[in-house]
Amino acid sequence: MKVGIPVEILESEKRVAATPKTVERLLKQGFEVLVEKNAGARANFSDEEYVKAGAKILDQVKSLYEASDIVLKVQPLTKNEIEIINSGTLVASYLWPAQNQDILKALAEKKINAIAMDAIPRISRAQKMDVLSSMANIAGYRAVIESANYFGRFLNGQITAAGKVDPAKVLVIGAGVAGLASIGTANSLGAIVRAFDTRKEVREQIQSMGAQFITVEIDEDGSTSTGYSKEMSQAFIDAEMALFRAQAKEVDIIITTAQIPGRAAPKLILKDMVESMKPGSVIVDLAASTGGNCEVTRPGEVYNYKGVTIVGKVDQLPAQASGLYGNNLCHLLDDMGKNEKFKIDMNDDIVGRAMVVYNGEINWPQKPISVSAQPSTKKETAVKLEAPAEKKGTAPMIVGSLFFALILFMIGKYSPPEFLSHFTVFVLSCFVGWQVVWNVSHSLHTPLMSVTNAISGIIIIGGILHTKVDITSPISILALIAVLVATINIAGGFFITHRMLKMFRR
Amino acid sequence: MMTQGIQTVSYIASSILFILSLGSLSNQESAKRGNIFGIIGMIIAIFATVFGESTEGHTILLIMMAIASVIGIGIAKKVEMTSMPQLVAILHSFVGLAAVLVGFGSYMDEKNQLISGAAHTIHLIEVYLGIFIGALTFTGSIVAWGKLQGTIKSNPLIFPFRHTLNILMVVISIGMMIGYLDSHPSAGLNTLIYMTIISSVLGVLLVMAIGGADMPVVVSMLNSYSGWAAASAGFMLSNDLLIVTGALVGSSGAILSYIMCKAMNRSFLSVIFGGIGNSSSSIQSAAITGELKPVTIEETCDLLKEARKIVIVPGYGMATAKAQHAICEFVKKMKDQGKEVTFAIHPVAGRLPGHMNVLLAEANISYDIVHEMDEVNPHLPETDIVLVIGANDIVNPSALEDAGSPIYGMPVIEAWKAKTVIVSKRSTGAGYAGIENPLFFKENTRMLYGDAKKSVDALVHAI
Repeated sequence: MKVGIPVEILESEKRVAATPKTVERLLKQGFEVLVEKNAGARANFSDEEYVKAGAKILDQVKSLYEASDIVLKVQPLTKNEIEIINSGTLVASYLWPAQNQDILKALAEKKINAIAMDAIPRISRAQKMDVLSSMANIAGYRAVIESANYFGRFLNGQITAAGKVDPAKVLVIGAGVAGLASIGTANSLGAIVRAFDTRKEVREQIQSMGAQFITVEIDEDGSTSTGYSKEMSQAFIDAEMALFRAQAKEVDIIITTAQIPGRAAPKLILKDMVESMKPGSVIVDLAASTGGNCEVTRPGEVYNYKGVTIVGKVDQLPAQASGLYGNNLCHLLDDMGKNEKFKIDMNDDIVGRAMVVYNGEINWPQKPISVSAQPSTKKETAVKLEAPAEKKGTAPMIVGSLFFALILFMIGKYSPPEFLSHFTVFVLSCFVGWQVVWNVSHSLHTPLMSVTNAISGIIIIGGILHTKVDITSPISILALIAVLVATINIAGGFFITHRMLKMFRR
Repeated sequence: MMTQGIQTVSYIASSILFILSLGSLSNQESAKRGNIFGIIGMIIAIFATVFGESTEGHTILLIMMAIASVIGIGIAKKVEMTSMPQLVAILHSFVGLAAVLVGFGSYMDEKNQLISGAAHTIHLIEVYLGIFIGALTFTGSIVAWGKLQGTIKSNPLIFPFRHTLNILMVVISIGMMIGYLDSHPSAGLNTLIYMTIISSVLGVLLVMAIGGADMPVVVSMLNSYSGWAAASAGFMLSNDLLIVTGALVGSSGAILSYIMCKAMNRSFLSVIFGGIGNSSSSIQSAAITGELKPVTIEETCDLLKEARKIVIVPGYGMATAKAQHAICEFVKKMKDQGKEVTFAIHPVAGRLPGHMNVLLAEANISYDIVHEMDEVNPHLPETDIVLVIGANDIVNPSALEDAGSPIYGMPVIEAWKAKTVIVSKRSTGAGYAGIENPLFFKENTRMLYGDAKKSVDALVHAI
């Protein structure tokens, strides 16, 4: 099968769907790879590199689309592209299906099978194809670098001969992949980092990356089973706004990453908050492409709003981003059976969901799938598991203790006093043993075994007592053999215990 | 010669010393003292008996004991720490054998045939029970020894109607006891012999049905039986010291078996009556997705170079490869490079309770860095590398995640929570439980194939 890599129509898109490295991987999977002339130019990959990797370069986009069975892209197909592409072609790219209903319709009419890379379900098996994660990681890193650039001051605190420099304070809103990458980067540059997220479960992750977790006092958890956060109640939003208002006066850099799937990004940083920030502060809005988390963000632009730099676009590190994106695509094709066993399996958890247009039908919105185990549901199952166990425990216990009492009674009624005195000793010894042995350290279980083994050689006493002067009598012979083996046991047991214990040292 | 009174107080002293001996094992510092207590207690007990009023044949007894001591110490001196489980198992069989012999002796002793009434019946029952347990322990321990040594195949021997046959044998033994109680001494002796044979067969069958990974439970169970055999001998001889000691050992073995079962999340009965893996679970086990990612020695070194916290999880594979000394070298080198290295020991790692601790101690690894599973688990998320050496089921995430897995519910070392897991393994085969291990397929797991000792040696050289 032939895989086609066209030039991205959108000028500002610097990434490309395959790098020379991923072309090699595709060839290894058995595909033929066609690359449009200059496809990799904006990401700094020359056509020669592609040829060297084994791809065929085509001058005309039209001939590329005609020849390809599979097309890999970054941005969604445009109307013009849809016109020249063959029906039945499989296209994998970003699609943002929730925002781009008209594109979905156009694709369906042309019977193009489209995989939305941004709609790959976020389950563990699909992690290697998750473009949102791989791209968000880059965006998170880059957001800090951009902000440091526009901030124009040290991020870390220093005490120099010339005086003290305070560290910059960075607020990260939303601790997804991008947020966590930002926290890590800002932290390693020496800034004081605070992070906010509506999902309580990310507290640990935030702290592990080196930030302080800030939250509102209202008890409401924003986590959902889809891995994104849900929209919160009004009371929560009010409290959240108050928190941001207070933080805005204090911090130097705000990085926002809050996005809700299929909707415009929530407005979290309002005009008045921006105005209250110190002059020279920076806001990097990673949600700019879906409208922005900041009220004054201009998507795709960097500008100064009343002394605060608002960054609405982040450079994508196109070479590396293309590499990661290309790898995601390779993993996807690998998962779909490589070249020889290539198959579109709509029952597959991943393909079935990401394939938003298939055979002329629109398959959106997708069915929900659960990725994160929530603590509340966990608790319930735990309780369910315990309950029957308890019920099971009591009935036999009552029967058992009744049985035990009956046996004790029978023993007391029918046995001679001499037996009873031995029996008392026996029962008490069992209890003493029970108490003592529970205290034995786990690491000493083997020595415990060998020492009890040696001690159980005490059965030698039985042998000794049965030995008669006449050692040829059957009883004496039995007894002497017993003495022999028991002594081996005693000597061997104690000696090996000694050997072992000698080895234990600090 | 000692009077009855002196003998009794000597026995009391011995009992106390034995209890102290077990009590001292609560930590490594006092443990050595504990062994000394045990030895002193034993010497007092033997001397008080040998030189007691009713004892005859002192010379031959002392000669026998001297010979046997030499043999015992000779064996104990030679044995390698890795074959510890075998030694313990074979020593258990000696106690069982001694119990059988003492039982027969007690039955044939004329003194005991003079008593009558309830006391006589009780004595006969004691003899019967003592021999039954003794014979079971004897043959069971021999089979366990064979399995641990490798002379008998370690996979469980399962045949149809096994349970029925076992139960039948127990029922026949009980039935025979009723006839035996009323019978003439010579006829009774025959019954005893038949019963000994049945019980011996039962011992063989029970242990044959148990697989390699369940050995810790079996060995501690046999340990417990050997105690009960001694206690029943005490009853037939009316000797309190034997009763006390037997009860101590019996309950110690029972606790160990309980701890081992708990660590494997199995009921005691299911371990005794059948091997793991064949438990027919109605729930389908979840399929494993992902792939094995092999790693070379050089790549492992690169990973190790960047790690700060390393946890090593040893298993039975370390014992079979005798890799503990190489691991010690490895730990020294890592520590010289300023890394933090600790060990995580699962309660059922190896073939004996505490087996791994003994092996690591043998290799001169300080017990301060050897931790139990529960101590280590909470710290695993901050750990950079978990190095799994020859362990499988004890690091299997299915135990927590997959309700259909035969080991579901067993506590395990949660190795997969660390940033990277390196698994040193001979081949891709399943563990003793015979189930796949999803840990090997996890995103952050790398497989280092090869003999554990060779791999670790190569690592030591390459670092």
